[in-house]
Amino acid sequence: MDTDLNSQDRKDLDKFIKFFALKTVQVIVQARLGEKICTRSSSSPTGSDWFNLAIKDIPEVTHEAKKALAGQLPAIGRSMCVEISLKTSEGDSMELEIWCLEMNEKCDKEIKVSYTVYNRLSLLLKSLLAITRVTPAYRLSRKQGHEYVILYRIYFGEVQLSGLGEGFQTVRVGTVGTPLGTITLSCAYRINLAFISTRQFERTPPIMGIIIDHFVDRPYPSSSPMHPCNYRTTGEDNGAAYPSVEDSQEVCTTSFSTSPPSQLIVPGKEGGVPPVPSQPAHGTQADHERMVMCTPLDGALYSAATPSSSEDTETVSNSSEGKSGSPHDLLETIFVRKVGAFVNKPINQVTMASLDIPFAMFAPKNVELEDNDPMVNPPDSPDVESPLQGSLHSEVSSGSSTGNTHDDFVMVDFKPAFSKDDILPMDLGTFYREFQNPPQLSSLSIDIGAQSMAEDLDSLPEKLAVHEKNVKEFDAFVETLQ
Amino acid sequence: MKGASSNKRESAALPSPAGNTGLACPRAQTAMNCRAEVLEVSVEGRQIEEAMLAVLHTILLHRSTGKFHYKKEGTYSIGTVGTQDVDCDFIDFTYARVSSEELDRALRKAVGEFKDALRYSGSDGIGQISLEFYQKKKSRWPFSDECIPWEVWTVKVNVVNLANEQERQICREKVGEKLCEKIINIVEVMNRHEYLPKMPTQSEVDNVFDTGLKDVQPYLYKISYQITDSLGSSVTTTMRRLIKDTLAL
Repeated sequence: MDTDLNSQDRKDLDKFIKFFALKTVQVIVQARLGEKICTRSSSSPTGSDWFNLAIKDIPEVTHEAKKALAGQLPAIGRSMCVEISLKTSEGDSMELEIWCLEMNEKCDKEIKVSYTVYNRLSLLLKSLLAITRVTPAYRLSRKQGHEYVILYRIYFGEVQLSGLGEGFQTVRVGTVGTPLGTITLSCAYRINLAFISTRQFERTPPIMGIIIDHFVDRPYPSSSPMHPCNYRTTGEDNGAAYPSVEDSQEVCTTSFSTSPPSQLIVPGKEGGVPPVPSQPAHGTQADHERMVMCTPLDGALYSAATPSSSEDTETVSNSSEGKSGSPHDLLETIFVRKVGAFVNKPINQVTMASLDIPFAMFAPKNVELEDNDPMVNPPDSPDVESPLQGSLHSEVSSGSSTGNTHDDFVMVDFKPAFSKDDILPMDLGTFYREFQNPPQLSSLSIDIGAQSMAEDLDSLPEKLAVHEKNVKEFDAFVETLQ
Repeated sequence: MKGASSNKRESAALPSPAGNTGLACPRAQTAMNCRAEVLEVSVEGRQIEEAMLAVLHTILLHRSTGKFHYKKEGTYSIGTVGTQDVDCDFIDFTYARVSSEELDRALRKAVGEFKDALRYSGSDGIGQISLEFYQKKKSRWPFSDECIPWEVWTVKVNVVNLANEQERQICREKVGEKLCEKIINIVEVMNRHEYLPKMPTQSEVDNVFDTGLKDVQPYLYKISYQITDSLGSSVTTTMRRLIKDTLAL
């Protein structure tokens, strides 16, 4: 195959591919610096502008690229990759894109190297200029600075896409056929921009090696703090849905500030709103704690945080790092005492400061609480003979006497919302019991009824005699009616 | 400027836009090798210009080279094309364009006219703007040169009206995403490496390229547009009617 290509063409092609690779890296890295790029057109050729495009050469980037290539060229099975990742101020990082320059076996023997291949490589670089502004990482890179920075890493060899998360998308920038193979330039980019904290952060060595300080004067002082990363992150498991980078901190912090006044006790922290940790050394730890704490506060609102914490707890428990207690212990020791809106009297039944379990009221209480409960020991009520009242009393009394042994009927001190004690000096239950059986009507009582019947019978003849005397009057009355 | 003009496709009842150098060659009847690509976007009124510029500049970035300098022995050297990023004000989008103020001015003018035409057509105006690359084929006298299109890009625009600021914010992002897709589409077509005119000799260069710009050299192109108003009829007929009515008074 190589004999078909004459030596001059072969040399030219190798040179083109080499400089194409270097220019590709420059375009990609410059597009992620976080600022707009502007170069001037020049009608007279300078001879140093490869592919007739004005692309500046940042020396460090060229140096890194040459180092990664180490004198080789992209070939079949050996691709040049530029990895773009994001790193937060707390040290967590996430891969955003992998740009791959690959070569495959599909050769185009007919093509003219010095002319067609060169022009097509130029076109491909223009396409790269357009595409680098269009992937999601571009907008992220334009906003970098305070909370995160964008990093690049160049490597040569096998393409590693596992760090991009599930469902990453690929866009093909273009292909150029050459007599040695077809050059393909493509980008695989993460679409799930939910944030993950690296598990391996504490295990990998710190990012030393070649660190370029932000504040050292550089040839391009206006360019953003870009660091070449030399460590290789192994593939990470990114199954869960996490809140996005910029939102995750907001979610966690607003969840604390808008929660009702509560005594939030977390091991190792004071009460009140825990501040967002700023030390990178403890970043991961704090992250875990933060994410775990999000859950019990208000599951409905921050459901995004919930799977993260569950995933995170698995992560934490699986990791070999020593943490004080398991995450489940953490959950158990957190409680929230909420004061309901509009309630006048604070709830004073729950005095035990341990578990926040639902329906804590109904849980078996200790004797001390029972004595204080007015439902169990009601105030003295008037004697009423109705059977229902009696039964109620008996239950109450049995409740008071047996205390904890009376299990199947639990009195609940019902304090409805909006109620105030000064208007009605008794609560609804008491009122209901008192007025449940009103006294009987006197006319319906048997004794009185019997007595009146006898009297009526005795007085009947006298009444008849009176009425017979007044017959005429009655007749006259009847005639008026007719 | 040579090679760049804004024409309505229809009759001469409409005023010819300023700057039209009167491209003399009639349209070729056949366009056998002409590939046509159509893109569609829905934008709000104030986004029209930026969206059109983004698309047209991206196409022209791929269809422009540096200035040719012919030397003896029939060889030539090519100048350098610079690029610059443009942030859109009304769309969450940035695009790269050729660093040439002349080219930018020409496109802005054409897009401005298109936008005005769209705006006057009514609230639910639909329009399309076409960027056509052509070659001139010289004919012998008295026949005039032929213009043979070899690539036509048509952008169909649907103007939407939004009620409140929240919708506008959503529209900013959505249109930005849509434009990202369009750029990817354009790049995909460009990289098919289909027909491109042969690199011309010095005498032929004006038949292939627009050599009137001082810093870059795009292929010969022209921009035209067409508006349909809400009734579905072309605005040209409406304009004709208006003019006739005015004259009748």
